[in-house]
Amino acid sequence: MRPFSYQRVTDPDMAVQVLSAAAAANNPLTKAAAQPLAGGTTLIDLMKLDVMRPAAIVDINPLSEGWSAVDPGGESLRLGALAKMSDVAAHDEIQRNYPVVANSLKLAASAQLRNMATLGGNVMQRTRCSYFRDVSYENCNKRNPGSGCAAMDGVNRMHAVLGTSDQCIATYPGDFAQALIALDASIEITGRSGTRSMPFAELHKAPGNTPEIETTLQPGELISAFVIPGRWPRSVYLKARDRQSYEFALSSAAVALDVQDGTISDARVALGGVATVPWRAREAEALLKGQRFDDALAQRAADAAFADARGRQHNGFKIALGKRVVARALQQAVTMEI
Amino acid sequence: MPEHSSSRSSGFDRRAFMAGAAGSALVPMTARAAAQDAPPVTAQDPSLPVDVTLRVNGKDKRLSLDARTTVLDALREHLKLTGSKKGCDHGQCGACTVLIGDRRVVSCLTLALAAEGQEITTIEGLATDDHLHPMQQAFIDNDAFQCGYCTPGQIMSAIACVKEGHAGSDADIREYMSGNICRCAAYPNIVAAIKQAAPEIMKG
Repeated sequence: MRPFSYQRVTDPDMAVQVLSAAAAANNPLTKAAAQPLAGGTTLIDLMKLDVMRPAAIVDINPLSEGWSAVDPGGESLRLGALAKMSDVAAHDEIQRNYPVVANSLKLAASAQLRNMATLGGNVMQRTRCSYFRDVSYENCNKRNPGSGCAAMDGVNRMHAVLGTSDQCIATYPGDFAQALIALDASIEITGRSGTRSMPFAELHKAPGNTPEIETTLQPGELISAFVIPGRWPRSVYLKARDRQSYEFALSSAAVALDVQDGTISDARVALGGVATVPWRAREAEALLKGQRFDDALAQRAADAAFADARGRQHNGFKIALGKRVVARALQQAVTMEI
Repeated sequence: MPEHSSSRSSGFDRRAFMAGAAGSALVPMTARAAAQDAPPVTAQDPSLPVDVTLRVNGKDKRLSLDARTTVLDALREHLKLTGSKKGCDHGQCGACTVLIGDRRVVSCLTLALAAEGQEITTIEGLATDDHLHPMQQAFIDNDAFQCGYCTPGQIMSAIACVKEGHAGSDADIREYMSGNICRCAAYPNIVAAIKQAAPEIMKG
């Protein structure tokens, strides 16, 4: 690991000031000289791999006093960005009223990592693309813009089939983000000019021609909270992976339904493990709304979700697998007792 | 080596940052606060060690550490507490699991400086006088290891697993212990050990 200076901040203004001062105008934020440290489960790992090379670490954990509150009481759910994954996953009311949220967190990583990792850090985690994580590969457009993509014709079994470009096929690895995007969450962002709110769906950027730019956050900005409107007791997070626990998704689905008198009045579907960014499957949702559920409808919705999917040499199986995951998640959501 | 994100190519100079950060943060180095209350720390020259007090197994340990030092390396290399093991050093195997406060964490991804003021418990802090911790005894009783390398991490994780209330069934134990890899595959006996120790631990 390269040398860095460590500093610990106790108020948000100080964090924003230090982080924005260290961000160069023409560089992606992931390469800013100062990086915020929350749980550290991505940052320290990537620093050990020499993928991230900050000159300064700004420990924002003391902000958790104000930024880790969880409030499921009203007509919306508010989650502080420094809340720990494990605490939110274990929260009774969240398990009851937002099972897709609780389970997306519970099924991620390990108990130790969930105790460390924060919600804000979780949505900001970097891809697990093995070529991105291995600096002996020169050709990674995310690390070295313009250098090419080793995954494109390499071992790409874990890579994305949706939202890809000819520059990058790296998968967005998280789980919680699928629950957020499905439920129309918004995020509160603290920056130089105070706090602003933005739909969570606008946070991540598909790779396009600039895979090195992963989010729309501006220099110095930190996610301070997530807000999920409404309640979604009929919701499911289903995750298919190579082993039963402690593994990233090959394919996952976040599904939330509102069913009135046997008819689906609202449907939310988001996909994980298969796309370059948290992925909302609106085509599937449109097919489901206003319909009575049956297996054929689930299959049509699943087909629609993957209509634009494009596989490479090793990851084509994700299209077939992903459709089955969506169909099964829909069946589970329809039949669950609430 | 690619130089894409080095301080040089980003047009950002470490020395300049130090000066800027020291000027902008405007926070004096305060006297060390009581445990649980981490004081602000101003940026320092990365080439110089930083003084830190870690509270390990109930005792304060004053150390002077490179900022890069993880809790795991502080324990093993500086405090000679070699019970916590370095397996992958990337948070994937669980061999380095310790408790910080009452939470199990992987010490290889925790910076020592960030753990200041918090209670760190390692495998060396479990036994009292001549009595093993119930989970240690249960691992022996159930032959829950072969080579033993993952065992300190397994035991620390298992204690937390029980206290979290995640040891109610074999399935729960397997799910909530999945962050501790055992290359010898002693898993069935580890599950048995946790089931044996759980009632005693919950009794307090």
